[in-house]
Amino acid sequence: MKLYTRPLYAPDTSIGKPRDPSMTTTATTPKFVARDVKVYYGDKPALHGIDIDILDKSVTAFIGPSGCGKSTFLRCLNRMNDTIPSARVDGTILLDGEDLNDRKVDPVVLRARVGMVFQKPNPFPKTIYENVAYGPKIHGLATSKEEMDHIVESSLKKASLWNEVSDRLHQQGTGLSGGQQQRLVIARAIAVGPEVILMDEPCSALDPIATAKIEELIDELRQQFCIVIVTHSMAQAARVSQKTAFFHLGNLVEVGNTEDIFTNPKDQRTQDYITGRFG
Amino acid sequence: MTDSAQSSLAETRAAAQPDLKTRVAKRLKSRHAAELRFRAYGILAVSIAVLFLGILLERIIHQGYTAFVTHSITTEVYLDPNRIDPTDIMGANYDQMITEQVMAKMGVNDDEYGTTSGEYKEILSPDLGFKALEALRDNPKLLGQKISLTSPIAANADLYYKGEITRDIVEADRNVSDQQMVWMDALKTKGLVTSHFNTYLFTNTDSTQPELAGLLGAIMGSAMMLLVTAVLAIPIGVGAALFLEEFAPKNRWTALIEVNINNLAAVPSIVYGLLGLAVFINWLGMPRSSPLVGGVVLSLMALPTVIIATRSSLRAVPPSIREAALGIGASKTQAVFHHVLPLAMPGIMTGTIISLAHALGETAPLLMIGMISFVPGLPESVTSAASVLPVQIFIWENASERAFHERTAAAIIVLLVFMIIMNLAAILLRRRFERRW
Repeated sequence: MKLYTRPLYAPDTSIGKPRDPSMTTTATTPKFVARDVKVYYGDKPALHGIDIDILDKSVTAFIGPSGCGKSTFLRCLNRMNDTIPSARVDGTILLDGEDLNDRKVDPVVLRARVGMVFQKPNPFPKTIYENVAYGPKIHGLATSKEEMDHIVESSLKKASLWNEVSDRLHQQGTGLSGGQQQRLVIARAIAVGPEVILMDEPCSALDPIATAKIEELIDELRQQFCIVIVTHSMAQAARVSQKTAFFHLGNLVEVGNTEDIFTNPKDQRTQDYITGRFG
Repeated sequence: MTDSAQSSLAETRAAAQPDLKTRVAKRLKSRHAAELRFRAYGILAVSIAVLFLGILLERIIHQGYTAFVTHSITTEVYLDPNRIDPTDIMGANYDQMITEQVMAKMGVNDDEYGTTSGEYKEILSPDLGFKALEALRDNPKLLGQKISLTSPIAANADLYYKGEITRDIVEADRNVSDQQMVWMDALKTKGLVTSHFNTYLFTNTDSTQPELAGLLGAIMGSAMMLLVTAVLAIPIGVGAALFLEEFAPKNRWTALIEVNINNLAAVPSIVYGLLGLAVFINWLGMPRSSPLVGGVVLSLMALPTVIIATRSSLRAVPPSIREAALGIGASKTQAVFHHVLPLAMPGIMTGTIISLAHALGETAPLLMIGMISFVPGLPESVTSAASVLPVQIFIWENASERAFHERTAAAIIVLLVFMIIMNLAAILLRRRFERRW
């Protein structure tokens, strides 16, 4: 087999370059602090002890080959693993210094603070308006119709979908295109007013143009939210993230500034992965 | 294996065998034949099914359609004060009085023993007498006046008019004598007897007289019973399915319950009847023959089907919808009731309606709880004795009068129509509410 001699995505100067100074600063306190996080599905261990700090107001990308545990770890961050009966999570994950696996933490509140966007666009089979308004409604965030209208509008604007759907808010959300559906889902997550948005391969079901729009959106949302994104595409990780974490076989191999990971990986496995030797 | 060894093996293979195209072509004929054979089996199977369905429908409709037409007699009746004692209007022999009046009109003379009028009475209807009494009871001033009465004619006369009893049959083998046939022809010629749609079939309750027997009581009984079944089976079944599918932990106990629910769906229905008899009637003292007990028993029977249908439609809702709801902080209950249940609703409704249609046609368990009784009136409430459609069919089928047999087929048609309506409703509901995502 022919070997690639240079990293596929690395020293291209347009990629991984700081877009604004704030993203390279490490002065902010981490949003998440995970220590020795282990996950088991039944008796089968899926994560072997993950230690990571995730910064606020920045994009952290999880990369790694299929089955490496990156999605599993992402789902620990809003306790979505609770919904899988056989899953067991050990270790501590602090969100703003508070252990989110604590029994006192209600997953409902946690998931309002930590929103999630899934691989396949999954709008509810309801209208666009109802989709966005659902979160605020169940959490009782709007006291009047006007307030709800305002939340819906601003959420759709933040998800850069408003211009495309403002005249058809009461049509089915499932009637939108794949890329629009994914932005609708992002708007739905934003509407609750979360602090963190988790994205599990948000572009893997989308075409390149829709992907570009989502990536642009992610870059904008970074100003306001802590974003954690799982992606199969190393190019995407390089484009949208400031921090990259490389997972392999249930271990966190390496984490660091995206630029460093792609240009100067410390671990051989990271090197092999980003140069396309496996995965 | 080395590369050279591999290539030499490939070469020998290529040399020994003709090229790919001819090798595939060799088996192609038998492959096509197999496909054609399988299609032929399929067409044969469908044809047999359609044939038997056709025969069934043809038999039922052929036997039953005549019951939807009946003959009535309309005649003027003089409420003779000489024959009716105003202080005891119940005591008069109205049948005899009316028969004699009709005979006088038709120019038939009675003999001294009353044999002729006795025979003549058989081709009229006792209903004329009931109607005269009723009219007089409602308005005693009618005594001494003439009133016009219309009643269904005697069942045997009806069969004669429809051509089911003919002169070809030896007189001793039929219920209608040659003399009566002459009289009936005269009545028809005179215009006293007319044929029309048999509304009595739908407005009357069961009767010992076939011409008066109708399905209203059975339809009401079935409706009440089905209501009880629906009120019990739907909430309990859907609730149980929701809990088992969405909330219950998946462990040995829930697995055991699941296996048992699936097995219950296969339990013979008469066993549910035994259970109903032992528990609801003998132990809880619920009234026998009532739609209440029938409905409870049938709801037990329908429960497994409702649960299985509900669970499978819940399972058909994509997990992404649950994740979407949970991901923005909906509680488990909210995710289920706001999103999963509405999406599963068309499937649940279809399954439920079909299991209710099944319950509507059930007979065996109802026999065990004493629903096989002659109930001449309308059920007043769910606790009063009632008959239901399938049992009514069963009772009529056992009756000795020939006229009941055509009514049996007519009742089957009515039951089938109800079934078709319910199944159609299920299909329409599914079409109407099915959502794609």
